Amino acid sequence: MSNMMEVRWHGRGGQGAKTAALLLADAAFDAGKYVQGFPEYGPERMGAPITAYTRISSDKITIHSNIYEPDYVVVVDETLIGVVDVMKGLKPAGAVIVNTEKKPDEIRRCLENYDGRLYTIDAQRISQEALGRPFPNTPMLGAVVKVSGMMADDEFIKTMQHSFEHKFASKTEVVAGNMKALVRSMQEVHGDEN
Amino acid sequence: MAIRERLSGNEAIAYAMKQINPDVVAAFPITPSTEIPQYFSQYVADQAVDTGLILVESEHSAMSACIGSQSAGARTMTATSSCGLALMWEMLYVAASNRLPVTMAVVNRALSGPINIHADHSDSMGARDAGWIQLYSENNQEAYDNFIQAVRIGEHAQVQLPVMVCQDGFITSHSIENIELMEDEVVKNFVGQYEPVTSLLNPHEAIAIGPYDSAAYYMEHKRQQAEAMKNACQVAKEVATDFEALTGRRYDYFEAYRMEDTETAIVVLNSTAGTAKSTVDTLRAAGKKVGLLKIRMFRPFPQEEICQALAHLKAVAVMDRSEGFSAAGGPVFAEVRSALYPLEQRPQIINYIYGLGGRDVTTQHIEMVYESLFDIMETNDPGEVYRYLSVRE
Amino acid sequence: MKTKAGIEINEQIGWKAISPGGIVTEAGSAQHFKTGDWRTMRPVWLQEKCRQCLLCAPTCPDSSIPVVERKREKFDYDHCKGCGICVKACPFEAIEWTKEIK
Repeated sequence: MSNMMEVRWHGRGGQGAKTAALLLADAAFDAGKYVQGFPEYGPERMGAPITAYTRISSDKITIHSNIYEPDYVVVVDETLIGVVDVMKGLKPAGAVIVNTEKKPDEIRRCLENYDGRLYTIDAQRISQEALGRPFPNTPMLGAVVKVSGMMADDEFIKTMQHSFEHKFASKTEVVAGNMKALVRSMQEVHGDEN
Repeated sequence: MAIRERLSGNEAIAYAMKQINPDVVAAFPITPSTEIPQYFSQYVADQAVDTGLILVESEHSAMSACIGSQSAGARTMTATSSCGLALMWEMLYVAASNRLPVTMAVVNRALSGPINIHADHSDSMGARDAGWIQLYSENNQEAYDNFIQAVRIGEHAQVQLPVMVCQDGFITSHSIENIELMEDEVVKNFVGQYEPVTSLLNPHEAIAIGPYDSAAYYMEHKRQQAEAMKNACQVAKEVATDFEALTGRRYDYFEAYRMEDTETAIVVLNSTAGTAKSTVDTLRAAGKKVGLLKIRMFRPFPQEEICQALAHLKAVAVMDRSEGFSAAGGPVFAEVRSALYPLEQRPQIINYIYGLGGRDVTTQHIEMVYESLFDIMETNDPGEVYRYLSVRE
Repeated sequence: MKTKAGIEINEQIGWKAISPGGIVTEAGSAQHFKTGDWRTMRPVWLQEKCRQCLLCAPTCPDSSIPVVERKREKFDYDHCKGCGICVKACPFEAIEWTKEIK
């Protein structure tokens, strides 16, 4: 139980929060872990707030409920803050990672009474610059891995290189773009504790 | 060697279908099982299988096509959920009584109304008396393993009955989890070539299937069908033994989880069993003697074995993820309580209706169930037997 | 009619021996089921009036007008249910429609 890491993702339908939850599961799977990646399904459509989950553990996972006390909360769309209670149940030792161009202290002001760990990353811009398209998934993934330390940086980068090459076998520029986004996100995600 | 993968429950079923390479798949899409025929149609398009895929205009037609195809001697499969299964109702009985071993993946979803797309067992529990063998799966791995075993169980000459392999809609059907896959050749050899006892396409033996049966004969046919269901018990065991030899994964009528020296246990099927295992571990660590019985095979119902497994307990809670509207408890409860009747000293037994229409079930909810069992053990009074878990008053 | 194992299917057969799902393993097995006693009216073939036009035979729902070498023969009263269609079909009043007397 104690080695289980639980992540809750908040996004809007169509932004790929579900895909990001599954990508994180994939990355951990490739690193030899037990994983679960699943969205919370409903009648939601494009633009509606959606939730997705990732569980990662070195032991077999049997729990099949949603995650109510996550170790990490990932907010793929900062406009959800104030609309959805994104901080609900976050473990005291946990952290929240927000996709925004703002600085952590600016975001902290929007989160009432939160004094835990907080990180921001401008995934939109990184994606735009590295991939030429606004897909925040890959940079968010890099940010979560970096912040959680769920695996060593170089191990993660090696795993993802392999995975992207497999996924985009015929598009070398997509592989390069994604890798660039990943590396940048791991460098650029920053918290306000220091 | 086993292949380490991560797949959703629907992907796992579609992959099993691909490896089995059936002669015919006839299906109509319905949430949350849609992905099964969807992924499978890709295998057909890629010529990864030789299967004839029949896209029909309704689930009634899907099951009708399966019946026609299986009668012709073709190994046939389909998938459905909820109202789709309900629309097959009439044909479910025809498949079973004509002794046609169709294999069907049921991705459990609540029946309307109010309309709801999420997991509960009202669909397959409603079909429990249609004459189909029913296997339930905790996760993607069990869905995959059960589906492969289902082919051998249903087609066995002493059985010849259709099988539905159930898993929880969205909870496991759409959740990516680790899975160990068998190699294509291993699956192929395990299921073998389908050799129907009789078939419409056998040129050496002209037959007609599905005739009118008068009162003078109908009952003998039903008695024989009931015997086939009894035979399925032994066959399921044999198939599981062969399966374990290949994969190391053990299957039985049910899984008894930490049931040694247990005083209280819950009986549950599908994905909630996994959540409950976690609670059992937590409570065991705190010194509580709790256990879990996860039913895998609900039809045929392993009455004597369940009776034996629960005989030594003081209190049992049976979990039903569907309402039976009997006003006296759910369908699993009725079966399990009836199974305990031969005992002179019976455990106290209560029923919890839970998780209807996708109501999430957490380890805390399961802990509440055990807490109520501890109370019953202390007072030796079951109180209200027919209860609801996690419903607002 | 017999099962695959060669056991006669009649009202004495037990559940262990009966064919699974009631499959019919023999073509033309309706022959074994005598429906002649359903008859309340009886068609009678008047051979002298019959011109062997054969309009009657294909109208019979129970195949009870046997045709041998392009000529009809006597009614098969074991299976004729007395529906009277042949009587209407005959242009030469060669089939008489009479009350069935048992």
